[in-house]
Amino acid sequence: MRAPRWPVWLLLLLALAAELLPLPVAMQPLRPAWTTMVVIYWALMWPGRFGVFSAFLVGLCVDVAHGSLLGQHALSLSLLAYLVVRLHLQLRVFPLWQLTLSVFALMFIEAFVLLWIDGATGRAEFGPGRWGPVVAAALLWPALMAAMDRVRERLERRDSSFA
Amino acid sequence: MSPFPSSADSEGRAYRNASPGLRFFLTASLALALMFLDHRGIYLAQVRAYLGAAMYPLQIAIDSPSAGLGWVRENLALRATLQAENAALRSQALSNRAELQRMAALQAENARFRALLDSKTRVPNRVVVAEILAVDMDPLRHRVILNKGGREGASEGQALIDALGVVGQITRDQGDSAEAILITDPDHAVPIEVVRNGLRTIAVGTGDLERLSLPFLTRNADIKAGDLLVTSGLGGTFPPGYPVGTVTAVDGSSGDAFLEIAARPAANLDRLHEVLLVFLQEGSAATPGLEPAPVLASPPVETATPSPAIETPTVVNPTPNADTPPEAMVEPAPVTVPEPQEAQEAQEVQEVQEVQEVQEVQE
Repeated sequence: MRAPRWPVWLLLLLALAAELLPLPVAMQPLRPAWTTMVVIYWALMWPGRFGVFSAFLVGLCVDVAHGSLLGQHALSLSLLAYLVVRLHLQLRVFPLWQLTLSVFALMFIEAFVLLWIDGATGRAEFGPGRWGPVVAAALLWPALMAAMDRVRERLERRDSSFA
Repeated sequence: MSPFPSSADSEGRAYRNASPGLRFFLTASLALALMFLDHRGIYLAQVRAYLGAAMYPLQIAIDSPSAGLGWVRENLALRATLQAENAALRSQALSNRAELQRMAALQAENARFRALLDSKTRVPNRVVVAEILAVDMDPLRHRVILNKGGREGASEGQALIDALGVVGQITRDQGDSAEAILITDPDHAVPIEVVRNGLRTIAVGTGDLERLSLPFLTRNADIKAGDLLVTSGLGGTFPPGYPVGTVTAVDGSSGDAFLEIAARPAANLDRLHEVLLVFLQEGSAATPGLEPAPVLASPPVETATPSPAIETPTVVNPTPNADTPPEAMVEPAPVTVPEPQEAQEAQEVQEVQEVQEVQEVQE
């Protein structure tokens, strides 16, 4: 019996909601990029079930929710998922601090793709709102990983396809 | 077959169909095509409207805690608090009404003067209240979601104001909701004029909720800190005369041909809950009362009466000292109305319109 897929998407929906939650103006640049983190997590842990196509769909939802150019986050997140799926075997054996650094680097690349697209459409902007979410997400990664590991292990215990 | 050595949980099944590289190639091409279409604004407007409408339930859900908090605060408020608030509002309403009386007289007077000067009369605009959902969008852009959409008559390009000034305009109508852009968004510009001397220019958003920039004024422009900026009405999106902001700093030290001018938005952009959708009145932009051109001092009745009739039906009766303004308004109107032949008048109106259009172009 395979574990159901809906918890994966439920967590992604929660992450998306967390990104839209109202915050005071001063704290907005420090809002972690929740969706990006969760996408990295699932691509890292379940690359067979959550890959480039899924990340693309998530990206479309983010685009609609943020009101950004349709396809912008879809492109950056599918690139991110591609990189993570390619590298998942190496990333997984890293100790936590190294993994956190790698996640930071990956998210930086993702943010750079977004900046690139913004620049091409004439909206380039180097505010704290651009890099703040990346830094905040990297700082929160160990905590998020610990929480998500619990969910994942519970799902895997019910799933016969995980030996 | 897969390019990867299989691990415990990515056994076989995952890479049966396509390698991640091929998948990425597919999604990247699709994403690029979508971006191109969306940026050019072709084909996708309707799709985006539907997708936005599909996202509305999530936005409502996110908004619900703060909406619920507001409901709780309203319903569990102490009687004494409510009474105090009620009293405060009532006294405020009274003073507002007193202001309005003066306003009605001034408006009529203004209409007469405008008639004398042979220029258009301004018609008051109709407004509808919309709520802003407590949802944060892209941190780099200043967009908000309103709970009124095309079904309530909102349309793309419609201006938004709050009690203090201009807020922004609607960018996308999604049926039950609408997406709007604030005047401080880097993509937004609003045509303005300086109240003190009528100097016209454009205020551009900066991405900072507290700051607008006026980049198009040359060094010899007459502008200084403290000047009030209002919408000029050029471009037709924003109705004229609504406050946009005040100039905070004028910097000519850069040696550039243009001044660096910063202004502070009049509206409370970081604490918005409700905004007003402004409906431009039919004809206010094109053909308001133009009759008086050939005559000396005859404000036509039509232009003088509509404003008080619409605005102050409740004001006239309850307050005893309201007697003078309405009479002052109505009295002079019929005094010197000449009775020209209707056909000729119509022709004159047409001519006047043409002349005015030419004048506007020259301006």
